[in-house]
Amino acid sequence: MWKLLKIELFKIFKRPRTYIAFGAIAAIVFLIQIALKYDGKSYIDLLLSNLSGSFEFNDDFKDKLLNGYLICFVILNTLLIQMPLLIALISGDAIAGEANMGTLRLAMTKPISRTEYMLVKFTASFIYTLALLVVMALLALFGSMLIFGTNDMVVLRSEGIEQIKNFDVLWRYFAAFGYAAVALTTVSALAFLLSVFAENSIGPIIATMSIVIVFTILSEMNIPIYDETIKPYLFTSHMVAWKGFFYVKANAEGTTINGSIENLPAVLRSLGILIVYIFVFLGAAIWVFRKKDILT
Amino acid sequence: MSTIVSVKNLYKNFKEIKAVNDLSFSVEQGQIYGFLGQNGAGKSTTIRMLLTLIKPTSGVIEIFGLNLQKHRKEVLRQIGAIIERPDLYKYLTALENLRIFAAMSGVKVSEKKLLDQLAMVGLAERAHSKVKTYSQGMKQRLGIATALVHDPQLVILDEPTNGLDPQGIADVRNLILQLSKEMNKTLLISSHLLSEVELIADSMIIIDKGEKIVEGKVNDLFDPAETIIELKTIDDESMYEKLKQSSLESFVHGKRNDCILLKLHRQQVPDAIKQLVNMDVPILSFHSKHSLEDYFLSLTTGSQHVEALKN
Repeated sequence: MWKLLKIELFKIFKRPRTYIAFGAIAAIVFLIQIALKYDGKSYIDLLLSNLSGSFEFNDDFKDKLLNGYLICFVILNTLLIQMPLLIALISGDAIAGEANMGTLRLAMTKPISRTEYMLVKFTASFIYTLALLVVMALLALFGSMLIFGTNDMVVLRSEGIEQIKNFDVLWRYFAAFGYAAVALTTVSALAFLLSVFAENSIGPIIATMSIVIVFTILSEMNIPIYDETIKPYLFTSHMVAWKGFFYVKANAEGTTINGSIENLPAVLRSLGILIVYIFVFLGAAIWVFRKKDILT
Repeated sequence: MSTIVSVKNLYKNFKEIKAVNDLSFSVEQGQIYGFLGQNGAGKSTTIRMLLTLIKPTSGVIEIFGLNLQKHRKEVLRQIGAIIERPDLYKYLTALENLRIFAAMSGVKVSEKKLLDQLAMVGLAERAHSKVKTYSQGMKQRLGIATALVHDPQLVILDEPTNGLDPQGIADVRNLILQLSKEMNKTLLISSHLLSEVELIADSMIIIDKGEKIVEGKVNDLFDPAETIIELKTIDDESMYEKLKQSSLESFVHGKRNDCILLKLHRQQVPDAIKQLVNMDVPILSFHSKHSLEDYFLSLTTGSQHVEALKN
């Protein structure tokens, strides 16, 4: 299995299209960092404008606010919405791309079980997803920490703002990136499942993105009847729960409690739902592929 | 001689379509076995079932004496195959492709052996070139190298000369003969090109609409001495009528593509030429075509095709 996995990774990382995603992430991160480096104050003013009626912010506070942690939060908010497309590019191609190239039938004449083949393919897609997130973490988190320095992190919420101490931030990012890995693996598993049905990779990539977009719109819609009936079952409703790691508990005086998470059970429940989705998508993909006649 | 492939009462239905219908045949060790049929006859479906790409609706396939469904991995370890086209990873080099398929076949092959394999198919000098820069013939040869990289006992080639130029066809034919005679491989070769199979196969099966029409040794299936002569003259129409009223009348077989067809035994050919010259027939060309093609067409599509040929 390890030998097959090495082959899959070799194939993925030998393809020029693999690096499109890494290039796209690097470009977006650098553009955001450059913009905020030179015009960060305007951005902070814009962010605080909704709160300025009830709060007074001096320039010193605003300078403190513009640090690597906040920049990374901004980048994560922007990029985690776009990343499913980048993930779908590889996972949607996993089986359909091989079918399109004609290499699937050659691979299936080799002494490899279909289940083993699917597990190896999915693991390779998972490793690719992790690689993307590691690159993103390096650029967005550590890059921003280097460029902007670190300080207490301020999170803006509809109820107001909360301040997380400098030393209490980094572990939250590791947790958030870990969560994002599971969320993006869910998208990867969906694209992988759709890839089994197709004979070229465009179909599964477009289908995955369509599902993600429709589900995201449904997740974001403020229609009460959907809140109980549909939203809890959409995986997209749970993909944004990584933000939960940055929502902290406060004591009676309103001071945030270090190391706390406001609603850990909700975050864990969302995580569990995403993991169930991954197993359902992967299980269905393997089941279909085992029964499939390879006619390409 | 032991049986390498044994197929019994094989069926494959795609919804209402019976792609393979009660097909049985066997391939003996060391044979080059021709698998013949027109496009859509069920050749590729059968070959895909032999390679576990398609599940049979019913029937039994045994390869090396093992049930294919139950011993899939053990059996496939000993088979090398190309199905229709040798599709490979175009963005990788020939050597990288070969290394990948060797590893997938469960064998570790040294760099030197991989290069030897490429040399055998005449690609050693292009070992480090990306496959996307290869011609169709080179891809075909590389496909054969990938099919052989793990030294299989049985080699299955589905339409191995498809898309090749005459030189490419000759190269593949020689390679197949080399595999059989020098390396003692068993080969199952599907084709719709009867002349190709005739040149290399020991035994063959002809199928049509998924059913076996005939199976046996190539030499037993038709009279090798019988030949069709394609005669081209200056005025085919009048010469055709003239021949039909001559002593050669019984040999006149029909007309095809502006040629007059004569059906003769080999020993009758010199006499026929003499008579044509004596009759002042203005001959432009005179060449022999084997009767296997007509035999095949008469078997697979009956009189309808024979009539079409005559017209």
